[in-house]
Amino acid sequence: MAFGAFGGSPATTPASDAAPRRGGLIALFLLLPGAAYLSLFFLVPLVSLILTSFQAVDPNAFEIGKFVYAFQWQNYVDVVTTYWPHILRSFGYAALATVLALLFSYPLAYVIGVKLRRFPLLQALALTLVIAPFFISFLLRTLAWKQIFSDEGVVVTALQALSLLGPADHLTGTPFSVIFGLTYNFIPFMTLPIYTSLERLDLRYVEAGGDLYASPASTFLRVTLPLSLPGVVSGTLLTFIPASGDYINASRDFLGSTDTAMIGNVIEANFLQLQNYPAAAALSIVLMAVILVLVGAYVRRSGTEDLL
Amino acid sequence: MTLQAGKAVEDAVVTPRPRPRRRFRLGVGAWGLGVYAVIAFTFLLIPIVYTIVFSFNDVRRTNIVWRGFTLDNWLKVCDQPEVCTAFGNSILVGVTATLLATAMGTAMAIALVRYRFRFRAATTLLLFLPMATPEVVLGAGLAAQFLSAGIPKGIGTIIIAHTMFCISFVVVTVRARVASLDPALEEAGRDLYASPGQVFWRITFPLLLPGIIAAALLSFALSFDDFIITNFNSGAAVTFPKYVYTAAARGIPAQANVIASAVFFLAIILVIATQIGGAVRRKRLERSSVPDDTASVGASGEIESAASRLRALWESSSLGAGGAGDRR
Amino acid sequence: MAGGFAESGADLELVGISKRFPGFTAIEELDLTIPAGSFFALLGPSGCGKTTTLRLIAGLEEPTTGRIYLGGKDVTDTKTYRRPVNTVFQSYALFPHMSVIDNVAFGLRRRGIREARALAHEALKLVELDHVAARRPAQLSGGQQQRVALARAVVNRPALLLLDEPLGALDLKLRRQMQIELKVIQGDVGLTFLHVTHDQEEAMTMADTVAVMNKGRIEQMGAPEELYELPKTVFVANFLGQSNLFTGPVVSSGKDSIVVDIGGRKLEVPRERAQRHAGEVTIGVRPEKLQLHGAEPKAAAGTNVLGPGRVTDVSFSGVSTQYQIAIPGLGTVSLFAQNRDVGAVLREGAEVWVSWDVAHGFGVADDPADGPRFDPDDDTRSIAVQRREKLEAELEGA
Repeated sequence: MAFGAFGGSPATTPASDAAPRRGGLIALFLLLPGAAYLSLFFLVPLVSLILTSFQAVDPNAFEIGKFVYAFQWQNYVDVVTTYWPHILRSFGYAALATVLALLFSYPLAYVIGVKLRRFPLLQALALTLVIAPFFISFLLRTLAWKQIFSDEGVVVTALQALSLLGPADHLTGTPFSVIFGLTYNFIPFMTLPIYTSLERLDLRYVEAGGDLYASPASTFLRVTLPLSLPGVVSGTLLTFIPASGDYINASRDFLGSTDTAMIGNVIEANFLQLQNYPAAAALSIVLMAVILVLVGAYVRRSGTEDLL
Repeated sequence: MTLQAGKAVEDAVVTPRPRPRRRFRLGVGAWGLGVYAVIAFTFLLIPIVYTIVFSFNDVRRTNIVWRGFTLDNWLKVCDQPEVCTAFGNSILVGVTATLLATAMGTAMAIALVRYRFRFRAATTLLLFLPMATPEVVLGAGLAAQFLSAGIPKGIGTIIIAHTMFCISFVVVTVRARVASLDPALEEAGRDLYASPGQVFWRITFPLLLPGIIAAALLSFALSFDDFIITNFNSGAAVTFPKYVYTAAARGIPAQANVIASAVFFLAIILVIATQIGGAVRRKRLERSSVPDDTASVGASGEIESAASRLRALWESSSLGAGGAGDRR
Repeated sequence: MAGGFAESGADLELVGISKRFPGFTAIEELDLTIPAGSFFALLGPSGCGKTTTLRLIAGLEEPTTGRIYLGGKDVTDTKTYRRPVNTVFQSYALFPHMSVIDNVAFGLRRRGIREARALAHEALKLVELDHVAARRPAQLSGGQQQRVALARAVVNRPALLLLDEPLGALDLKLRRQMQIELKVIQGDVGLTFLHVTHDQEEAMTMADTVAVMNKGRIEQMGAPEELYELPKTVFVANFLGQSNLFTGPVVSSGKDSIVVDIGGRKLEVPRERAQRHAGEVTIGVRPEKLQLHGAEPKAAAGTNVLGPGRVTDVSFSGVSTQYQIAIPGLGTVSLFAQNRDVGAVLREGAEVWVSWDVAHGFGVADDPADGPRFDPDDDTRSIAVQRREKLEAELEGA
């Protein structure tokens, strides 16, 4: 599996030079607690999610939320036929937000990683600014955008004054605001890996490009960009995966509306409100499967293309 | 096919435009990038500034419209008891989950770097997958598990869930530190008559400490801000993000802004302090003319909780590389 | 195959070049002409400005003052990618994401030259590496990477090929081999080579002309033998091989030679081999030109004699033995003796005299008392200071 794609480094970091020792008992002792914990609270729940996704309604129970183990494939058919707009919307929004975040982040990462390289203090400050959004609650900063985009807010008023927005139009609750929120919230996830790649980029390659008759634009396309591709791949994954499962931005109380509900909203509603556990589980499995397929194809493609 | 060198000169120097004032010719590209960066940073800061400013709002009913400056919200944070309870729960969950995850994760990191064993690839996969799984799936999975096992949801289940997703990040962070540790140091310890236990506590552990601290801070930050997984596994218990979520529909009290702002300032101070500390140390090293200043830059960055929070994410490559082998 | 290549490179002329970085001057007032088709070496210690000179010529830095002419054309304002100059970088800078052949064809493709691939293969054949064309640079050994870097530069038939310590990363044996290969390739392709190095032996073996650079200036320039046999400054005398240097007043000045009083002893130096003929002068002689005597030799015309002195150190190095001889009132004299006999002839403590043919002496233009011109500014402390100054200057500017 190409986990390397998650790394922002141009070259895979070599493992320790230390020849790993064969350690029977000590290794087991060190590994066991963590491995057992993850098995119990990550692997088993995944299995239990799969099992739940095939459950059928308990015929003997009268209350909602009682299910028995079965092998009901129909659950999958049901969720896909019912929620296919949400599924499509999720991946569409996530993809769009990923592209926007990439366009926003690359030049920023380039400034920090290459242009500010000779100014360590400014570089540190810039990095702090990039991660600053993480220090304030994710929910509150999303709510801040909601209020900035609210009908009485500056943005809407200005746009209406410029006749770019009709008097009855809104910004909140639209696909625009949801994608905007997703983009904003995941920008640091995109910027930092690209920054890491560019920061480690040996500028002598860029000089060599110039020496070999490549114009600055050509050098960028053929040297800088390909060498920073690992960071781009890792940034897009770090943005796309959480964005496709997110349900805060698209939630009615935040930047979305019922028309913008994503797969995460549907899973939450089915699980926590409707107590339709099999549907929520089936949707989760669908989400995870689609992500694995998309990510696998993406990583393979960006890996075997041999970076141009 | 022949390319006379003289011709090459001709081609290359077709138009030798004399530019006497070269030094003032700063590229438009460089300026453009600089201006862009300033705009981009401003954009990133908008909601932060908004949140902080509204923590000083003289609130009547809802904290949406600016009604004037006041310090009341800051002075009477716990006038909204739910906010404070939620904050307390978040601290409790964060600290407990951090301790558990750091202990288990550090042990795993050491084992992964220092020992070769049969299920290495499988272990790596087990650590990688939680990071690549959407939170909603992690949350729903655990919730389904608790449901079928009949475990009532509450603070305990939140701690279990947070510990689970923190372990991977701890392993990734500490692992990098273990890998950079020169094994000759431990061998020197053994050579100087230290028992295996003494080698660990007197040599290995102190050297790993910066990495472990970074991992712990990262864990705490992840746990403190998590909402999605918490929402599935909290039952009636309320953490700070969950409080904000439920309150969002009816309006957030300014006290929530106060807490978020306070946490923000604390984190920023921590980051700046480590950065200044790093700069001071760098200067000291420079004065005593220790050659490589990059080494100290790397070391000072270690404790930088903020950066490491994400560093962990993208450095998971090293995690993958261990199990999947070198891709080259 | 050489038929497809250009017959010679172009002249390079640097006029009044200086380069100042915030905090220090890398090059001051450099004038230099390198004739087409020559193998020119710029030799100096690290930090002497030779790499900066190279970067200026390549267009990677801009000179603070001065002009650069290539084949008579002013290229000072020509962008790097438009200059018919190629560099073999010290780190090779082979693009890690491209195969060897793509690396070599890179420059040709950027210039839109057809058959780039075929030409690249030809260049790889020249360095005998066509069989690794499909590999990535990381899969090659250091010597192979070095040759690929050379091919990548040579294939463009640049008017001038710059070599930035290209052999620095190689081990001694490979280095020797590459020195010979490089020279052969230069002969084959007939391009102008400008080779920057801090290894005096490398410069002397390979180049037709060597310029010794120190503290941003060229100290002396000429054929390797000329530089070695007749160094004109203390720095050259010490940087290029070893020298025994003595300072004293000129006591008599004849038609053919001058006589210098060194601690009461009269030493003669040919007039045309001395840079200064009056006042305090510094004269010198190479250690291998000295003869060792167990008893005081008869004074003879055309020979300088020093002694008696005591052998303070004997170090055997196979071909020769180096003796350190303390001569009262003069200091220590170093001497190389060929090991014609078995084992060292003299032991520590032996009383000896040394002599040399007057024709072998030389007189330099400056004297060591001027303070060491070769002030090593490449130690970690000065680098740290330079970096800090640079940073501070930049911050002030910003």
